Amino acid sequence: MAIFLTKDSKVIVQGMTGSEGQKHTRRMLAAGTTIVGGVNPRKAGQRIDFDGTEVPVFGSVKEAIEATGADVTVIFVPEKFTKDAVVEAIDAEIPLAVVITEGIAVHDTAYFWAYAGKKGNKTRIIGPNCPGLITPGQSNAGIIPADITKPGRIGLVSKSGTLTYQMMYELRDIGFSSCVGIGGDPIIGTTHIDALAAFEADPETELIVMIGEIGGDAEERAADFIKANVTKPVVGYVAGFTAPEGKTMGHAGAIVSGSSGTAQAKKEALEAAGVRVGKTPSETARLARELLAA
Amino acid sequence: MDLFEYQAKDLFAKHDVPVLAGEVIETPEAAREVAERLGGRAVVKAQVKTGGRGKAGGVKLAADPEDAVEKARAILGMDIKGHTVHRVMLAETADIAEEYYVSFLLDRTNRTFLAMASIEGGMEIEEVAATKPEALARIPVDPIDGVTEAKAREIVQAARFPEEVAGQVVEVLQRLWTVFIEEDALLVEVNPLVKTAEGKIIALDGKVSLDANAEFRQPGHAALEDKAAANPLEAAAKERGLNYVKLEGGSVGIIGNGAGLVMSTLDVVAYAGEAHGGVKPANFLDIGGGASAEVMANGLEIILGDPEVKSVFVNVFGGITACDAVANGIVQALELLKSKGENVSKPLVVRLDGNNAELGRKILTDADHPLVEQVDTMDGAANRAAELAAK
Repeated sequence: MAIFLTKDSKVIVQGMTGSEGQKHTRRMLAAGTTIVGGVNPRKAGQRIDFDGTEVPVFGSVKEAIEATGADVTVIFVPEKFTKDAVVEAIDAEIPLAVVITEGIAVHDTAYFWAYAGKKGNKTRIIGPNCPGLITPGQSNAGIIPADITKPGRIGLVSKSGTLTYQMMYELRDIGFSSCVGIGGDPIIGTTHIDALAAFEADPETELIVMIGEIGGDAEERAADFIKANVTKPVVGYVAGFTAPEGKTMGHAGAIVSGSSGTAQAKKEALEAAGVRVGKTPSETARLARELLAA
Repeated sequence: MDLFEYQAKDLFAKHDVPVLAGEVIETPEAAREVAERLGGRAVVKAQVKTGGRGKAGGVKLAADPEDAVEKARAILGMDIKGHTVHRVMLAETADIAEEYYVSFLLDRTNRTFLAMASIEGGMEIEEVAATKPEALARIPVDPIDGVTEAKAREIVQAARFPEEVAGQVVEVLQRLWTVFIEEDALLVEVNPLVKTAEGKIIALDGKVSLDANAEFRQPGHAALEDKAAANPLEAAAKERGLNYVKLEGGSVGIIGNGAGLVMSTLDVVAYAGEAHGGVKPANFLDIGGGASAEVMANGLEIILGDPEVKSVFVNVFGGITACDAVANGIVQALELLKSKGENVSKPLVVRLDGNNAELGRKILTDADHPLVEQVDTMDGAANRAAELAAK
């Protein structure tokens, strides 16, 4: 089992013919992902060769779904066109849209998030500005390196891409059910809470690692959710204790405003919910090991 | 990006929000001519990106042009909560009958936009929210539907604006929403929104924050940036397209890949530094996925140019980036800096993990640069970099 993405997932790529899209389609295919098509209205009807695998290009997400039964789209289109690409995916009612593109204006994200709601939330959105998700050994939708770790019993949800990789690496011998990078923008689709709920329900996940960072109150709300709903052990890590107030630290959403959004407050909220929080990524991995061994 | 009041006022005027005439000046002498243009009397207002300037003495009424010069002289150069006043705005005066509050902002928690309004404006809105929450109306605004006339009426009714100004406030709210949308703002706040003695509604003071990610469709916004106030190292880094933040009082320069990992690196260094007399990280620098020799050289040059830096910690987890490319980048960057005549004398602690880490480590071992030291773990490398900075 896994969450959101399995070996049966049929994946299309919006922006497959661009340079990032091509590079990562090749990587996803190499990781065993079933990629059934790309979308580009100007190149519809063409077939693109990826080291011997031919992938057809469709004119729209809707056409791709009708022809292939695709149920996941990974979006690499440039930030100017991302809003329209996500709206198209929502209109086509694809169950999962993974938005990799970074640098999206927050008004655009607010718009497509509201749009998904108006259309009855038939499409789960992950991202934007995220590395996507991987179910090791089964499928990879996004840019997470597939060879860091193997299938296993840890579920990982993280705002940060490289910290996701770091944690996968630290615990590579144990392995992961699924790893979900939700992104660090001010508005994101899938939240820590969504992933926690899915991991709680996934019989193959025995322990959950959640990685947060400064800004907003997503971690505090996740702590409340864990207290009320999660029975599996959760280990946490929060980045940004040394971040100065009012400065954006790389991710558009990573900012301490006044006294809100601090790492300390997030750590305290998680600990109050019974989550063990590591001081460093390595210590967090150690805590996970201890809990799994107990 | 937070704007100055005068910049916010310009954006309001651009979208037909009623404001008072005003001009910004940087020298006391310039106040005379501006005050004359404004009819003699003027309000002299410090332009600083912080609240509470009225209480700090940063807003004064000038009776005539000579007085305006004196008031401007008193306010220019003043320190308000750590912000030096470099500019003042001279604005027309108004007879204020009532003070209100309105704003539109991003509501991260609910992933939508929010309107806030109160008929008790003037003071800090955080204070109203804390002491009299019932006096502050909060109305969600759908990002697709926006502020229609009906939505504006809903806000006006929820905040209990008096009937005689309701029509005007509805109109002003719709125009402020236009500012919010057309300018890709994260915050548009008017405090106070005033009713004058003549019954006219005017935005007397404004605060606007813009979304830096929207620059691709907001070509005019780059000019609004306060370049003079930026830290010189931050300004130099920005010119080279680097994501860099200077941290005060630190001595370990940091280079890493990925925002989360770099933030984490700062914390781990500060944590390790506790054992070395309180050594702290000197900066945030995310070189992103690529990490070419050129990007690495640019990053190293900025960090080595920081006189507070005593040691450098290069912390890379090779995800998509291969560590051998990063290692080559480091070697070439050091050569590049040397060939440019830079005096590279600060020790570098490098930790490479992930994709092709073995190969990357070997490249650094073979290069045998006297300043480069490798440590295999992030915690161990942070400790070593802190130790070197404490020497």
